[in-house]
Amino acid sequence: MSGQVKKGYARSLDIRHGRVDMSHGGGGRAMVQLITELFANHLGNEYLAQGNDGTCLPAGKGQLVVSTDSHVVSPLFFPGGDIGGLSVHGTVNDVSVMGATPLYLTAGFILEEGFPLADLARIVESMAQAANEAGVKLVAGDTKVVEQGKADGLFITTTGIGFLPDGIRLSGDQARPGDAVLVSGSMGDHGMAIMSKRENLSFDAPILSDTASLNGLTAAMLASGAAIRVMRDPTRGGLAATLNEIAQQSKAGIHLEEGNIPVKPEVDAACELLGLDPLNIANEGKLIAICAAGDADDLLAAMRTHPLGRQAAMIGKVVEDARCFVQMTTKFGGRRMVDWLSGEQLPRIC
Amino acid sequence: MCLAIPARVVEINGNDQAIVDVGGVRKDVSLALVAEVTVGDYVIVHVGYALTRLDPEEAAKTLALMTQAGLTQQAVGA
Amino acid sequence: MKYIDEFRDGEVAKGLAAAIKAEIRADRRYNFMEFCGGHTHAISRYGVPDLLPPNVRMIHGPGCPVCVLPIGRIDLAIKLALEDGVILCTYADTLRIPASENLSLMRARARGGDIRMVYSVMDALRIARDNPGKEVVFFAIGFETTTPPTAVAIKQAHIEALKNFTVLCCHVLTPSAIMNILESPEVRELGTVPLDGFVGPAHVSTVIGSRPYEFFAEEYRKPVVIAGFEPLDVMQAILMLIRQVNEDRAEVENEFTRAVTPEGNDKAQNLVSEVFELRRSFEWRGLGEVPYSALKIRERFAGLDAEQRFNLKYQPVPDNKACECGAILRGVKKPTDCKLFGTVCTPETPMGSCMVSSEGACAAHYTYGRYKDFEETAA
Repeated sequence: MSGQVKKGYARSLDIRHGRVDMSHGGGGRAMVQLITELFANHLGNEYLAQGNDGTCLPAGKGQLVVSTDSHVVSPLFFPGGDIGGLSVHGTVNDVSVMGATPLYLTAGFILEEGFPLADLARIVESMAQAANEAGVKLVAGDTKVVEQGKADGLFITTTGIGFLPDGIRLSGDQARPGDAVLVSGSMGDHGMAIMSKRENLSFDAPILSDTASLNGLTAAMLASGAAIRVMRDPTRGGLAATLNEIAQQSKAGIHLEEGNIPVKPEVDAACELLGLDPLNIANEGKLIAICAAGDADDLLAAMRTHPLGRQAAMIGKVVEDARCFVQMTTKFGGRRMVDWLSGEQLPRIC
Repeated sequence: MCLAIPARVVEINGNDQAIVDVGGVRKDVSLALVAEVTVGDYVIVHVGYALTRLDPEEAAKTLALMTQAGLTQQAVGA
Repeated sequence: MKYIDEFRDGEVAKGLAAAIKAEIRADRRYNFMEFCGGHTHAISRYGVPDLLPPNVRMIHGPGCPVCVLPIGRIDLAIKLALEDGVILCTYADTLRIPASENLSLMRARARGGDIRMVYSVMDALRIARDNPGKEVVFFAIGFETTTPPTAVAIKQAHIEALKNFTVLCCHVLTPSAIMNILESPEVRELGTVPLDGFVGPAHVSTVIGSRPYEFFAEEYRKPVVIAGFEPLDVMQAILMLIRQVNEDRAEVENEFTRAVTPEGNDKAQNLVSEVFELRRSFEWRGLGEVPYSALKIRERFAGLDAEQRFNLKYQPVPDNKACECGAILRGVKKPTDCKLFGTVCTPETPMGSCMVSSEGACAAHYTYGRYKDFEETAA
């Protein structure tokens, strides 16, 4: 820790006009000040306060579950959220869909030289708010600063830690023919909210990212007693990628009814304009669940009682299929495959 | 290479620029390729340009033809 | 979404499917080519073949400008980015087309080429204005739908005397491609591709009108029905084609009356002829050299022609020997006839352009329809 400066002489961080500079990552007083005044101020708790290189955590009940994610979203601030909230929600969700209760979070920041402290403060506040709402605590962190041009503002890596009660085993290889496929709400919101802000696409659509922590919803779902095989959050690659992954893992096929998949009209319209398919677009506050057919109604009811599951719907079922294809009956009446996306989703002109 | 969609003109500005609306999503487009378009018209938009005005009467006629084809079948008991 | 959702109505589709079923003759097959890649995509995406009787077959034609762009043209664009250091602006569709030396525009970007995806040629103009110190080239591909926007941009750049903006013009023409198919030995003599009629392109026709197709109907005695883009439009057009075939008529009919007139868009056509002229010949992937089938920038606007500014020399590059894109584009083969389909050639690792463009016959089949291949084998 730094030597003490006489009270009244220490100058605080200039959040309003200051910028990150190389000294903030240097390990010296500047870095400590950044951490104390900005990070610890908003995210502090009894664990961070231990102040050592590693944080000691109490043992939990059940099996330890860990997940990690890096967040490189651009733009950093988008309709409905920002990278800070997103980094908390994303990792909380990865732990929650395992059936585990998320308790702790770690966060590593790579900051670009010149990044405005005001933006950093907004992002950190957003993280704090998300963490509080989800009931998780930040227990370890790290900050590095890289030269201008090397980090696109900032990158955040989060790791989530939770505990899985005994007797729960959710896994992508558990889906069986006959099982029901459910989603917690509308598809494509987050990705299209981001698209709407990207530089070269200038449209004015009221689409908000759905970024949210789902641990409350997953708890309600587990409490319903339904035989859930797997839960997963359809982020990059959207619903299509997630269902294809599960189909492969479970060595089964999936049949969907397009008419049952909830999509907001403005997301539909934005996709139409850009030649995109909502099924391939990322979500950050939704989950899919596969459960025994007989329990589908109960599970759906449980989901709908939760604010984040009001639009929950049954969208299809698992079938026997050695090829592990995901197919869909379109609203039009014909059938087609719902395949993985190739490469990056590029707006089609054709 | 023909992804083009019908959009409603909501605002016309100088220099052949306009704003169109598709299902609540707004986009700027150019009217350089069309003539006599007014607010409220529907145009077909391709790569940021309006290609033509959509004729609402013809659209209704076409839809009626399509629906009729089906109804005739039912009547004939096919 | 108005004028979109109504034309996707599943109930009306059932009615049309029944009407089609009632009007086909059981003793013959009907083979229709949908020229336009947009129709190929719509047919696959909505599962239209499921609603058609088995003796109606849709053959995918070469109306996908990405699919018919020869490797040599992509090489020119890559060269401009990597060797001439320009900012290369392109529609998204071209980014993954495999070119020479295992490159594509996307891979060239990974090698340091400044290659930017744009939604509209207007974005390229803006980039040119914002970067006066760099050369900006717009890679202009597309049929008659996409050509008028390029014409507007060239005129605009000319008026503004933009010194750092040029266009690499690869615009191609629909009637020439249709002619090429109709003149091909497989269609004319051998009967390998039995063609009973064409589903005419939707948006190309809003620009060129329905008149240009009358030549084909008369000369080659093939009915043409111009169809809108939505799946109900396609089914209605198929119904109209079936009627023509049954009644032994060969006319041009217009299903897409809400957007297509006989003359088309005068203003757009005039702008195009002001800025462009016909090339004597142009190589199409899969079709070879096709006379008077493509456009180049007129001398008056030579200052905006990338081929002139950068002294580009087109070098034809042959396709992978096992790649059947050419035959598939002409309707002679199906995607599943190609040895590379689904094995070496997939949307992730495309060997030819039919797999790159989401409208290419191979990509459409792979992404939306390949489950059928296994059902046929099992049956």
